[in-house]
Amino acid sequence: MASAPSSAAKPSPAASSAPADRAESAAIDASVKAPVLLLLGAAILWLLAGSALALIASIKLHTPGFLADCELLTYGRVQPAANNALAYGWGLNAGLAVGLWLLARLARATLRHGGLILVAIVFLNLGVILGVGGILVGDSTALDLLEMPRYATPLIFAAYAIIGAWAVITLRTGRSPHTFISQWYVLAALFWFPWLYSVAQVLLVFSPVRGTVQSLVDVWFAHNLLALWFTPLGLAGIYYFLPKVLGRPLALYHLAPLGFWSLAIFSGWVGAAGLLASPVPAWVQSAGVAASLMTLVPVLIIALNHHLTLVGRFSILKTSLVLRFIVFGAICFTLTSLQNAASALGAWAEITQFTYYGLAHAQGVQYAFFSMVMFGAIYFLLPRLLLTDWSFGKLMAVHFWASALGIALYLFALTVGGFKQGQELNVLPVGADGKPGLPVPFLDIVSHTLPWLQAGTCALILLTVGHVAFAINFVSTLLQSICPTARAAAAAGPVLLRTPPAMEVAAR
Amino acid sequence: MNRSPLLFLGIFGALAFSFTGMVLVNQVGYGALTPFKDDTEGKAYPLQVPGLAARGKLVYQDLGCATCHTQQVRRDGYGTDVARKWGDQPGGSVARDYIREGRVLLGSVRIGPDLRNVGVRLTDATALLLHLYDPALVVPGSTMPPSRFLFEQRKIIGEASPKALKLPAGVAPGYEIVPTARAENLVAYLLSLKDTYTSYPESNYIYAPPAPEKGAEAKPAAAKDTVKPAAAPSPATPAAPAKEAAK
Repeated sequence: MASAPSSAAKPSPAASSAPADRAESAAIDASVKAPVLLLLGAAILWLLAGSALALIASIKLHTPGFLADCELLTYGRVQPAANNALAYGWGLNAGLAVGLWLLARLARATLRHGGLILVAIVFLNLGVILGVGGILVGDSTALDLLEMPRYATPLIFAAYAIIGAWAVITLRTGRSPHTFISQWYVLAALFWFPWLYSVAQVLLVFSPVRGTVQSLVDVWFAHNLLALWFTPLGLAGIYYFLPKVLGRPLALYHLAPLGFWSLAIFSGWVGAAGLLASPVPAWVQSAGVAASLMTLVPVLIIALNHHLTLVGRFSILKTSLVLRFIVFGAICFTLTSLQNAASALGAWAEITQFTYYGLAHAQGVQYAFFSMVMFGAIYFLLPRLLLTDWSFGKLMAVHFWASALGIALYLFALTVGGFKQGQELNVLPVGADGKPGLPVPFLDIVSHTLPWLQAGTCALILLTVGHVAFAINFVSTLLQSICPTARAAAAAGPVLLRTPPAMEVAAR
Repeated sequence: MNRSPLLFLGIFGALAFSFTGMVLVNQVGYGALTPFKDDTEGKAYPLQVPGLAARGKLVYQDLGCATCHTQQVRRDGYGTDVARKWGDQPGGSVARDYIREGRVLLGSVRIGPDLRNVGVRLTDATALLLHLYDPALVVPGSTMPPSRFLFEQRKIIGEASPKALKLPAGVAPGYEIVPTARAENLVAYLLSLKDTYTSYPESNYIYAPPAPEKGAEAKPAAAKDTVKPAAAPSPATPAAPAKEAAK
């Protein structure tokens, strides 16, 4: 086994509060401050833009007349635009910000020549602006999660490659003799994304393969964007922050590498389970189903790692918002993964195919798990970068509750609504004579899903409220760290969350 | 860190596994599938898409129709596609149906009905145009967004256009609403969507539930096909292999 994370010597990131270590951490934080802040700023702008687009799309689902005469915002454009803004704008930026910071901290490496990264980040975001704009003006490729037109994607790829390479170089220059499991996950995600993205772009857009091989490439990419980019980064965050904030080592840490490798190997195939009964070879479909079930192995291991670490320390959830976000993400990782494995099974798969159920799963991974962990990570790292506390403690709580309730409502509405939709869409009702009757008329299905979609819109409004609170807090904290008078005011009466002793140990 | 090359190799290998299996093997396996020449008809199926329809497909992509509409029919007995008359091939869509398409848009969500064979169900271009202009006019209760931006309201100069839409509510006097070229292309594309040819050689390998008039003639599958069905078959078809798209 390749360099099992040597936790025995150094149980977790929770250790180290010696002054020398703190000085080193401060130096590392100072070196990554500029790129991480730029990434976070861009991420939050995209989060706001993405929420607005998603809200428009959601309203259009049940009220088609809403903004109907604006071609830019027709459902078929605004929905992919929202997805791409959230996946690439928010997801890439936030994931890179947290990943970069984690790598530097864990490898004990200072980032050198950060200027190049800043340029790459600017180009990355220009690429996403071009891409999302391209979708809105009608240059979409119409491929799931690859809608961005071909004039935007090479820019994103090149900029990402520079940032990723820089992160890996940073890791290599690090002085830490240990490798922690979070580093594995970040490193893997950094490496997997360019592979997935370049293969998908070349085989689908620049030199398309023939026939339904395209569909296989698309599901391979789209699923793995969730499973091999969002998921590893989210897991890296949980593996780092959970022991750090709780101040205790991870439970069953020796199993973590097994979780990593089984996740890496099996989740690559899961996408094929989404093509059940589609015109692609049956053996790939079967392999996808088998892989879906096999992902139960890593999910179980990771769940044990996370939840057993938490057991007995629930009281810290009352005081630490960082932990609340992280734990929410960890729970959602377990739940969405179980849901995904279940939905590959025979009858369940047949019912849920082509329904809102699948959309709920994607949001479960991307928002309930990944984004919540990123929020927690940002709440943790920003004060350490800026050397100032968050401006508004209340807004942090607003953000947490709006996001948690919002996404819970959203997932509930789309999972249950999608399942009911599937029972009508994909199953023939049994007639009076016991034989399959006529299918439920399509318009009936449409009208039956409307209340669930309206609930989904309410949920998105809640999420948007949370994001606005987050953005206000971020900007205000940033200004507070720049402007000396504001800093003085903050020093006089800082808005502190009640910091438990365990967090004190972990600080800096 | 001295073992990091091993770690990197492992990370590389993990993705190489699914890349090889899902992408490369299938590209080699059926990536070069060719049209099937039917000697009795003297045509190669699937047929080439007419030029107007090809341009309409770009409009279909541009407006993101695939966000809500799939283009695939699942075999009879799985889902309700055949029962809904979204396609009349009992085996559902096959891989060869798609080989002429520059971009394959199977789709993953059915917020609206499947469109693989919409050209069979709907043949009236005028009605389709009206549908695009305002779906609720043609299908009350539809939540499909109206695409009025594909049409142009203009003053009638001289004779009224024969293409002008006949709206039930009427149009402002002296004005008419005519489809733009994009709307007409899109309609041409939709009307071209039909997989009517069902005699591909692989049809023999496709599982089809026994037709009532032919009794138990339906062959289970090719002998080499030992792969278990991808999805649970319906109760009536216990051991029938799923469709094998590759030869």
